[in-house]
Amino acid sequence: MAEIVIRNLRKEFGDFTAVEGSSFTIGDGEFFMLLGPSGCGKTTTLRMIAGLELPTSGEILIDGEDVTRKPASQRDIAFVFQMFALYPHMNVRRNIAYPLVSQGMPKAQVKAKVAEVARILGIEEILEHPVSGLSGGDRQRVALGRAIVRSPKAFMMDEPIGALDAEFRERMAEELRALHDRMGATTVYVTHDQLEAMQMGDKIVVMNHGVVEQFGTPQEIYDHPATMFVADFIGSPSMNFIRFEGGFRPGDTSVRLAGAEVAVPALREEADGRRLVLGVRPEHVHLTDAADAVLRGRVEAVEYLGTTQIVTLSTVNGPLRARVASSEVVRPGEVAGLAFDARTLSLFDAGTGRAFVTAANEGVHDG
Amino acid sequence: MSAHSITEPSATTKWISGGLVVAYAVVTLIPLLWIVATGFKTPADAISYPPKVVFDPTIEGYVNLFTTRTRVTPEQLESLPPPEGIAEEIVRSYGMVIAGPSRFGERFMNSVVIGFGSTFLSVFLGTLAAYAFSRFKIPLSDDLLFFILSTRMMPPIAVAIPIFLMYRQLGLSDTHLGMILLYTAVNISLAVWLLKGFIDEIPREYEEAALIDGYTRFQAFYKVVLPQAATGIASTAIFCLIFAWNEYAFAVLLTSGTAQTAPPFIPTIIGVGGQDWPAVAAGATLFLLPVLIFTVLLRKHLLRGITFGAVRK
Repeated sequence: MAEIVIRNLRKEFGDFTAVEGSSFTIGDGEFFMLLGPSGCGKTTTLRMIAGLELPTSGEILIDGEDVTRKPASQRDIAFVFQMFALYPHMNVRRNIAYPLVSQGMPKAQVKAKVAEVARILGIEEILEHPVSGLSGGDRQRVALGRAIVRSPKAFMMDEPIGALDAEFRERMAEELRALHDRMGATTVYVTHDQLEAMQMGDKIVVMNHGVVEQFGTPQEIYDHPATMFVADFIGSPSMNFIRFEGGFRPGDTSVRLAGAEVAVPALREEADGRRLVLGVRPEHVHLTDAADAVLRGRVEAVEYLGTTQIVTLSTVNGPLRARVASSEVVRPGEVAGLAFDARTLSLFDAGTGRAFVTAANEGVHDG
Repeated sequence: MSAHSITEPSATTKWISGGLVVAYAVVTLIPLLWIVATGFKTPADAISYPPKVVFDPTIEGYVNLFTTRTRVTPEQLESLPPPEGIAEEIVRSYGMVIAGPSRFGERFMNSVVIGFGSTFLSVFLGTLAAYAFSRFKIPLSDDLLFFILSTRMMPPIAVAIPIFLMYRQLGLSDTHLGMILLYTAVNISLAVWLLKGFIDEIPREYEEAALIDGYTRFQAFYKVVLPQAATGIASTAIFCLIFAWNEYAFAVLLTSGTAQTAPPFIPTIIGVGGQDWPAVAAGATLFLLPVLIFTVLLRKHLLRGITFGAVRK
């Protein structure tokens, strides 16, 4: 069980910078998600923490100890690979026992440990099977068994359920989270699936092009994205961006958008005559005929999703999507007024993509 | 109309393809069978016309292969004690006695030492080099690999004279070490390239898993990569052995006594006491066996599929 501190971690492969100066702290016992699109540097970051890749510069501390230059074998961590990486020439039992054998543990003790792990994971029946005949879920359980058998300081997981079928994935996600809660070990988990990250993580780091875009709890990241990239990446459908030009001063509680005043959380910064973006989550767009409507839009399409429906509208500021209860009657071709939840809005600088500090997101972005 | 399956061949197709395979096997095996058969013929049967397919087998060829014989006068022959064993009996029937063992056993052992020695060295060095090329960032690795490959771009015999002079200077002519080094040098490019292909196919995750499980890089290589590469190592070893075992030109050029291998020796048998084709055939038959046995022993490693399913592709 350990805290992992990452300081200014950087990795270059020749001319290509995979990770640029990342810093964050993974708390003891946290289930920590490294989230981002492919090629964003999340796997490289994980591999550096594990010791499979040496950083170009920066520091990695596990449990207060600087392990930046230590080989993987001396870091006392476990790694679960996306492709399982079970030793193909060994059966399930020997695969799980392998990390213990390297420590020179007596045979009887190894046997007991393997039995215990097999019981936790429910794979006692397949212990003597060769790994080649196992189903995806079982292989992943064996890989997990190999990881937990040693009770390491921390677990690294590289998209461990990404290779599983959709139905299995959900179950394994639950099993993983349950296992984590039971063992309480620090876990660093790489995924490109934002739903998985939200569902399982205590904390999430969102990365893009080797840069940490945001670091925080799933709620913070969802409600108060620090950048337009995060806002767009998290949530399905993603956040609406309404582009406009304007300005504001600290303390303002509204901005002028297409001739209407839109209430926003109290601003803490100022901006003048700049290209701005108002970010609003689809579920915070309300269709209304009342006077508080700030925009009007024509309904282009309606997607029925069971409890909710996604309404796509065209407005003077571009297309907009709203998530409304499926009990509301919405027909394509209608013109509807649109209102937003003031407390939930984000304002971005269209040039840099950064979110302006408001009363709502103060203190969230500093990680 | 009968139902046709796209994947399952019809009975007629199976018969035709089976027939073709058998016919091909027979055609290619006839020379081999002929050699084996000749080894058990008498010299007269071996050159009889029309050729004899059915004959009385004798081990005369093998006796002649392993012995040297001298002709004695009938009086001397009669004064000798009765022959001990079948070999003695056969030799005396020609009015000769066994003078001593031939050099065949010695030459055969030279072939074994040189063939297997150079195979081992090629595969050992080749595996290490291939692993390094496959896993580590080596400066100019593409150029190095091309250089290694380029050593195969001309027939080795083209450099025979420089090698001959070099070996004479270094005192490597007609030594086991010299021949082992030479065959290793020829085989190593093949070994590196073949094995690199095999090792490239082994996912790095296996080693990384082992590294994380507390093993050193060498242990990970030894315990995880090598078992996975067994298929590649086995087939590479067979290729190397076949070359080193059968090599003739360098053996003729560089060996004459101590380190002479079987290929240049076998033709010389013919000169000992007339056209002794059965002895030559016997030597050739025995010479075929080691590669055959080696291949059969490694056969199970040649079957792919041991890694199937452990890593999802």
